[in-house]
Amino acid sequence: METNTNIPQNENTQTSQKIKMECKNVDLFYDKFQALKNVNIEITENRIMSFIGPSGCGKSTLLRSLNRMNDLVEGCTITGEIHLDGQNIYSPQTDVNNLRKRVGMVFQKPNPFPMSVFDNVAYGPRTHGVHNRSELNNIVEKSLRNAAIWDELKDRLHKNALGLSGGQQQRLCIARALAVEPDVLLMDEATSALDPLSTSKIEDLVIELKKNYTICMVTHNMQQALRISDDTAFFLLGEIIEIGKTKELFTTPKDKRTENYITGRFG
Amino acid sequence: MRVHFTQQLDELNKLLIEMGALTEEAIDNAIKALNDHDVDLAKKTIKGDGQINHYSRVIESKCLDLVLQQQPVASDFRFISSALKMVYDIERIGDMAADISEIVVYISKKKYTVSNQIKQMAAETKKMVHDSIDAYVNKDVEAARAVIAYDDIVDDLLLDIKKELTKEIKKETEGVSQVLDKLMIAKYFERIGDHAVNIGEWVEYAVTGIYKGDY
Ligand SMILES: Nc1ncnc2c1ncn2[C@@H]1O[C@H](COP(=O)(O)OP(=O)(O)OP(=O)(O)O)[C@@H](O)[C@H]1O
Ligand SMILES: [Mg+2]
Repeated sequence: METNTNIPQNENTQTSQKIKMECKNVDLFYDKFQALKNVNIEITENRIMSFIGPSGCGKSTLLRSLNRMNDLVEGCTITGEIHLDGQNIYSPQTDVNNLRKRVGMVFQKPNPFPMSVFDNVAYGPRTHGVHNRSELNNIVEKSLRNAAIWDELKDRLHKNALGLSGGQQQRLCIARALAVEPDVLLMDEATSALDPLSTSKIEDLVIELKKNYTICMVTHNMQQALRISDDTAFFLLGEIIEIGKTKELFTTPKDKRTENYITGRFG
Repeated sequence: MRVHFTQQLDELNKLLIEMGALTEEAIDNAIKALNDHDVDLAKKTIKGDGQINHYSRVIESKCLDLVLQQQPVASDFRFISSALKMVYDIERIGDMAADISEIVVYISKKKYTVSNQIKQMAAETKKMVHDSIDAYVNKDVEAARAVIAYDDIVDDLLLDIKKELTKEIKKETEGVSQVLDKLMIAKYFERIGDHAVNIGEWVEYAVTGIYKGDY
């Protein structure tokens, strides 16, 4: 029988195949404790990669390594290479501030600064030298719109951000991360403290954002990884056990340990 | 871990086994009714199909509950979605046992004989049904593949029966309408074999993740 080519194919048609970030033989130690073991991973542009695995397996550690947040941790040493657009971010030439501008981060607990909504979003651009009022106005509006929270906050721009609900705070933090126009957005359990509605707003947002950004997220919610990520990496004790297309990893995992973890038969 | 979920999966298996057993019994009875010109047994088989249909609805809703409540992934997902597909095939097998029984009721007043080939076909397809459901319960991909491979034998038998029946028409040993009825019966058995093959393919998917050689 001839295949009808008009039937939409299952796989999302890929717009780009460019590797945005790449880890090569990454080992990471906190003093003598090895938290990452020979991690090799390619993060493709305009796709969503999720990291899953049991608590303490090194997901946040790897995420933080992608914008050198671990530099701030005393006793933390890292070997191997992590590339952003083909450049090793751990090379001495790297400007770490610029790196963190290009690789933004959103954390598990929304952490707005104790200042107005406007100033939260304008904070990054200001530190990067933008002071023109109308330019800042534009950036703030665009970022809040991109974070799907403009309509809710446009009349409260000068109210303190700490007065927002958890879900609003988290989207504000996303807006703050977007304000500096990063290439890559790292999200560490960014919805774990939110109700289903706020969660689905952020999930919609993340799917929308991948058109322009590359997204890497940590989640303990298997269904969330399934719903929004294109690729998934499963970690165990600092090692990548399995990595592949999300749908395949969740329907036909190749490694027994992946199977046991995602089906809840772990240990 | 996930004690309740495991219990629900066991329950699903139990229901499938019961439905499979009912279906095998229906095939058995259809064969017996055919061989013995037993109208009562044929009618009983037709009536019994309602019970098989009922099982199919119960199993379907169990599967959907599991999908909703447990959001299964990996092999859990594959086994539940396979069960959902298989249950349709088992139900159809039940329908065909009833269809055969209908013909038995219809032709019972006439004189007819049942050839050894039809008897063989009946026995082979009944075994296929049994083995395919067993394969699911035992997660036995080899057994599933054996059922799939067996289909050729049943297909060949149908061809043989067709030839024999063509000869009968020429020799006019039996009425043309009896011959056609017997051909229909043989065709129903062949379809039963096809549905057992489908079940085998779903078992293969459940166990390996590969469906009909697709990736
Ligand atoms: N600053 C630190 N100093 C020392 N050890 C650390 C530090 N941060 C993390 N670790 C250790 O490294 C390992 C990996 O931690 P990490 O936070 O990356 O895990 P995780 O996979 O994100 O876990 P969770 O799902 O609980 O967030 C753990 O054993 C943890 O105790
Ligand atoms: Mg973490």
